[in-house]
Amino acid sequence: MVQYLPILILLILAFGFAITNIVLSVLLGTQKPTPEKLTPYECGIDPVGSAHERFSVKFYLIAMLFVIFDIEVVFLYPWAVAFQSLKLFGFIEILIFVGIFLICYFYIWKRGGLEWE
Amino acid sequence: MTNVSVMTFNILSVLPILVLAGFGMIVLFVDILFSKRLGDKNILAYLSLAGIIIAAIVSRGTTPIALYSFNETFVIDNYSLFFNFIFLLSTGLVILISHQYMKRENINYGEYYALILFSTIGMMLMASGADLLNIYIGLEVMSISIYVLTGLKRSKLTSNEASLKYFLLGAFATGFLLYGVSIIYGATGSFNLKEIADFLINKGDVTGPFVYLGVGLIIIGLGFKVASVPFHAWVPDVYEGAPTAVTAFMSVGPKAAAFAAFIRILMTAFGSTHYEWQKIVYVLAILTMTVGNVVAVAQTNIKRMLAYSSIAHAGYLLVALVAANTLGVSGMLFYLLTYVFMNIGVFAIVIILSQRNDGFMQINDYAGLGYKHPLLAIAMTLFLLSMAGIPPTAGFIGKFYIFSAAIKSGYIGLAVIGMINSVISVYYYLRVTVVMYMQEPVREFYPLTISPFIVAAVVISVIGTLHLGIFPSKIMELVQQSILTMR
Amino acid sequence: MVEHSMLNLVALILLFPILGTAVNGLVGKRLKKETVSYIACGSVGLSFFTATLVFSGLLLLPPHERLFEKQLFSWIESGSFKAAAGLQVDPLSILLTLIITGIGLLIHIYSIGYMHEDKGYHRYFCYLNLFTFSMLLLVLGNNFLLMFIGWEAVGLCSYLLIGFWFEKKSASDAAKKAFIVNRVGDFGFALGIMLIFLTFHTIDYTEVFHAASQGNFPVGSFTITMITLLLFVGATGKSAQIPLYTWLPDAMEGPTPVSALIHAATMVTAGVYMIARCNVLYMLSPLTMTVVASIGAATALFAASIGLVQNDIKRVLAYSTVSQLGYMFLACGVGAFTAGVFHLVTHAFFKALLFLGSGSVIHALSGEMDVRKMGGLRHHIPVTYKTFLIGTVAIAGIPPFAGFFSKDEILLESLTYGNLIYWSVAAVASLFTAFYMFRLLFLTFHGKSRVEHHVMEHLHESPKNMTIPLIVLAGLSSIGGFLGIPGAHVMSTFLSPVFSASGHTKVSGAEISVHHGEGNPYLMMVVSTAIALTGIFIAYQMYIKKPELPKKLAERFRFIYRVLLNKYYVDEIYTALFVNPTRKIAVFFWKCVDIQIIDGSVNGIARSIGWFSSNLRYLQTGYVRNYAFYIVVGCIFIIVLAALGK
Repeated sequence: MVQYLPILILLILAFGFAITNIVLSVLLGTQKPTPEKLTPYECGIDPVGSAHERFSVKFYLIAMLFVIFDIEVVFLYPWAVAFQSLKLFGFIEILIFVGIFLICYFYIWKRGGLEWE
Repeated sequence: MTNVSVMTFNILSVLPILVLAGFGMIVLFVDILFSKRLGDKNILAYLSLAGIIIAAIVSRGTTPIALYSFNETFVIDNYSLFFNFIFLLSTGLVILISHQYMKRENINYGEYYALILFSTIGMMLMASGADLLNIYIGLEVMSISIYVLTGLKRSKLTSNEASLKYFLLGAFATGFLLYGVSIIYGATGSFNLKEIADFLINKGDVTGPFVYLGVGLIIIGLGFKVASVPFHAWVPDVYEGAPTAVTAFMSVGPKAAAFAAFIRILMTAFGSTHYEWQKIVYVLAILTMTVGNVVAVAQTNIKRMLAYSSIAHAGYLLVALVAANTLGVSGMLFYLLTYVFMNIGVFAIVIILSQRNDGFMQINDYAGLGYKHPLLAIAMTLFLLSMAGIPPTAGFIGKFYIFSAAIKSGYIGLAVIGMINSVISVYYYLRVTVVMYMQEPVREFYPLTISPFIVAAVVISVIGTLHLGIFPSKIMELVQQSILTMR
Repeated sequence: MVEHSMLNLVALILLFPILGTAVNGLVGKRLKKETVSYIACGSVGLSFFTATLVFSGLLLLPPHERLFEKQLFSWIESGSFKAAAGLQVDPLSILLTLIITGIGLLIHIYSIGYMHEDKGYHRYFCYLNLFTFSMLLLVLGNNFLLMFIGWEAVGLCSYLLIGFWFEKKSASDAAKKAFIVNRVGDFGFALGIMLIFLTFHTIDYTEVFHAASQGNFPVGSFTITMITLLLFVGATGKSAQIPLYTWLPDAMEGPTPVSALIHAATMVTAGVYMIARCNVLYMLSPLTMTVVASIGAATALFAASIGLVQNDIKRVLAYSTVSQLGYMFLACGVGAFTAGVFHLVTHAFFKALLFLGSGSVIHALSGEMDVRKMGGLRHHIPVTYKTFLIGTVAIAGIPPFAGFFSKDEILLESLTYGNLIYWSVAAVASLFTAFYMFRLLFLTFHGKSRVEHHVMEHLHESPKNMTIPLIVLAGLSSIGGFLGIPGAHVMSTFLSPVFSASGHTKVSGAEISVHHGEGNPYLMMVVSTAIALTGIFIAYQMYIKKPELPKKLAERFRFIYRVLLNKYYVDEIYTALFVNPTRKIAVFFWKCVDIQIIDGSVNGIARSIGWFSSNLRYLQTGYVRNYAFYIVVGCIFIIVLAALGK
C-alpha cells in the first residue's frame, strides 16, 4: 500500500487547497446581496421561466449519434500509431471497420435520423 | 511496438456470427430501401429465416477438440455448438410465431428482425466466450437488443415502461457483473477462464476473500439475466409489457445464453472452488423455485403466469447447477432444449388466440376453448403438461435428469424441494387446462387468422416436446458428448 | 433378397391401423359415414395385404431360419434396463397377425352394416382400428414390454367398446367390471415381467428364451415357476379363465361385432398366445403346466355347464367362448402348444361366424336377444341360418368341419400327454358343447315362431355387407380344419420352429409327460364324433321332438337348474367376498382418511400456498427503485455468505 501514499497526499492537498480557499472567501469577503447580484448573469437579458425544460428528443438523438461516431473515430488513433507494424492486415481490418461505419451512416440517413422535421 | 502479434485468427470459428450479422444488416437495408414496394413485408421474415438456416448449416456438426481463437478469448467446442443449435432453433421458432403478430400489432419493422438476429449473435458470443470480457460483450449485445425490442410497441405505455425498467435494472445488474469481473481480474490477474482456473488450482490460497466476492457479484449479474430470485422482480412487468412475440423470444434464448455463460464460468474457471459458490446457488435455487411457483398460483393474466413459471424453471435449472456434476450439466442442456419447444409452443398458442393490443390474455378468456378449437387446446395442454413435468412429455425427462443429478451429488433436500415445487406448478398449469375443457365460455371467441408460419412453429414444438419425451436417448448422447470437450 | 424386402414391410402392418385411428379419431366427426368406413376398412385391408406379403416372405425362408427381427428404435435406456421397440416375425406371430387382420377386416366390413344407424359411427371405427393396432403390437412385439403395452391397450379398447353405449347403465357397468377384473390379472402379468427382468436382466424374447433353454435353470426351478405362474395370472384375466372369467359374459353388452372380434376371435386368445410364446419357460415348470391344464379343463367343463341353460343368445356364445378357451389352455398345459394354437385358429373362424350370425339374428329381430322369443327363423333369414348352422356344426365337432380336427387333437393330446381325468373332463365338456349349441340353433331357427308380433313385421335378412363376411367365415369354418388333419399336419410343420426348443422330449422325466395311454388317433376320431352326435341327439329330442321336456326336467332337477341358471352364483359370491368388503373399506378411506386427513391437509396446504401467493405478489410494486432494492438485498446476502464462508 505504501506506493499509493503519494496519491493520497496529492488528494488531500488538492481537496485541502480548494476547501481552504472557499472557506477563506466566505470568512473574509463582505456579503451584501441584492436581487441583481443573485441573478445567474448580472448583465444581459433576464431569464424567462425555469431552466428545467423538456427538450425535443431530436437533440438527444443528434447528440447520441455524435457520441457514437466520435467514439468510434477514436479507434482510428491506435491503428494509425501501429500502422507500420500492422501492415496490410491492419489496413484491411480498418477498411472493414470504416465500411461498417459507412453502412451505419447510410442507414441513419435513409431512416431519417438526420432530419430535423 | 514492432511485435504486434497477429493473433490466432480463425474466421471460420465466427462464421455463424458473421452470417447472422450480415443477414441482420441485409434485413435492415431491404426494409429501408424497398419498404414502399414491399407491401406485407413477408420478405423480411424469409430473409431472417434464411440467415438462421445458413448459420445453422455452418455451425452444425461436432468437433473432436476445443478450438480456441482470437487470443484464446473465443472457443468452439461441442458445448458452444450445442448452444448455438438451441439459440438458432429458438430464434427461428420465434420468427415463425412473430410474423403474424407483428403485422397485427402494426410494428412489423425491419429493425425487429435485425435486432432479434443481433441478439442471437450476443447469445452465441456468450456461449462461446472463453474469457470474461468476451462473455460480457456478448451479454451486452444480447441485452441491448432486447431492451429495444421490449419497447418496440411505442404507442403502448406498458411497453415503454417495461423497456425502461428493464434497461435501468439491467444496467444496474450489469454493474455488479463488471465489478465482479474486475475483482476477479485483480485477484487472479486474468480474464481468461482457463488461466483463472490454473491460478486458483496453483495458488488459490493467496487470493483471500476476493475470488469469493467476485464470483458472488458475477452470480448477481448473471442471476439477473436468468431471473433468479431476488433478482427477478423485472420479469413479470417486462414480460407483460413487451410485445408477446418478444416475450417469447426473451424467455428462451437469453435465458439459455445466461445459463451457458453461468455453466462455463462456474464450471471452467471456478470448478476448483465449487464448494463455495454452490452454497450461494443452492439458496438462490430454492428461493427461485419457491417464489416463482407460489406466486404463479395467484396470477390471472396468462403472460404474467408464464413469467413466474419462467422464474420457476430458472430455479430448476439452478438445481442442476448446484449438482455441478456431469449429469447435472447434461440435464441442464437437455432441459434448456425442451424448454425451447414447450415455452415457444405455449407462446405460439397465446399469440394465435390473442387480439390486437394484447386482448384475450386473461386465463378465464380460455374457457371453453377445448370445444371451440380442439386442436389448439390439445397442443396447449401438451405444452402445459410438459412444463408441469408429466410423462410422456419432454419436461418430465428433463426434470427427471435434473433431480436425479441433484440426488447423485447428495443434495437430496434440494431435490425434494424441487419436487414439491413441481407439484405446486401442476396446480396452475392444469388450471388452464381445466378452464379450457370444463368451463363454459365467458365470451365469444373471435374468428382466428392462423398463418402457416405459426402453424409450423406449433407443429415443430409439438413434435419436439413429444420426441424428446419419448425418445430422449439420442439427444442425451449428443448432450453428454457436448460437455466432454468443455474443460 | 426378395424375402427380406418383404419381411421389412412388417412395420407397415402396424402403421395402417394407427393411421386409421388417428384420422377417424381426429376428423371422423366431420367426415361422411362412407368415408369413415372406407378409411377404417381400407387401413385394416392394407394391413392384411401387407401381412400376406410378410407371410409369403417368411415362407420363402427355410423353416429353421424363419425368425426375423426388425429393430425400430431404441426406446428407453435407464441404467441396465434397455427396451428397444422392435418387431418379431416368426410362424406364430405371423399366423396370429393373419387372423387378426383377416378376421378383423371381415368384421370391419360387417360393422358397416351393423352400426349403420349409430350416432357414434366414427368413434366406433376409431376404437376398432385402435384395437387392431394394439392387438398387432401385442403379437408382433419382440419383447415383454411391448407385449405388456399391447396387452394393456387391448384391455383399454375392450373397455371402451364394451361401454360403447355408455348411456346404458348395464353397458358401463360391464365395461367397468371387465376393466377391473382384468386389472387383477394384469397386476400378476406386470409382476411376472419384472421378475423376468430381475432374473434374466433383459426382456427380449430371443435373449430370455435363449438363456432359459441353455439349461441354467433346472426343470421345476422356483424362479421359473413363479414367473410362469404370474404370467398365467395375467392370462386368466385376459382369456377369461377360472377364477377371473366373470367379465366375459357381461362383456356382451358391447356391439355384437365387437364381441365377435375382441371377445371371441382375438383379444381373449392373447393368454394362449402368451403361453405359446413363452413355451420354453413353461416347459421348465411342470407345476405351472399342471396348473394351466387343470384350470383349462375345469373352465372348459364349468363354462359349458352354465351354457346349457342360458337364454340370452350372446351369453350362450360367451360361455362357449370361455369353455373353448379352456380347451386351448388344457392343450398348452399338457405341452401340446400346436394343438392349442390350432384350436385358437379354428375357434377364431367359427366363433366369429357364430357371433356375427347372432348379430344378424339380433339385427333382424330389432335387438331381441332372448332365445325364448325367437324360433322358426330359418325361412325368414336363410343366409344367416345356413352359415350359423355351419358354425354350430363346426364347434360341435362334426367332421369334416374345422372344430372337429382341432378339438379332436386336443382330446387326443390330453390323453397322450396328460391323463384320463383331463380327457374325461374335456369329453364331457365336448358333449355339453354339442348339446347347448344345437339347443341354441333349434330354439332360434326351428320350431314354432315365438317372435313378438310387432317385431315380426320388421323381420328381414341382413344387407350384403353383413352376409358376405358370414359366408366367407362359413367357408373358412368348413375347410379350416384341413390345416391340421392327422398325418398331414400343415399347422404343426409350420409352427414347429417356434416350439422345437421345447418339444415333448425336453420334459421327459417330468411327471406330465408320463404316458397314460397311447391314444389311437382314428379311434379317437370315432369316439369324439360319437360324443358330439350324442349331444346333438339329446338336443334334438328335447327341443324339436318333445318341446315340453326341458320344462319338466327343469322342475325335476330344480336345484341344479337354478344353480346353473344363476351361473353357480359366482358373481354373487365375488360380490360378497371381494366387492362389498372393498367397497366398505373404500367408504371408510373416503369418509375418514381421504376427506378428513388427506383432503384436509392437501386443501390446507393449497390454501396456505394461495395465501402466500396473494401476499407475496405485493412485493411486485411496479417501482424500479424497489426492484433495485431487492437486488441490493440479494447482494448483501451474498456478501454475508461470503464473510461467513471465509
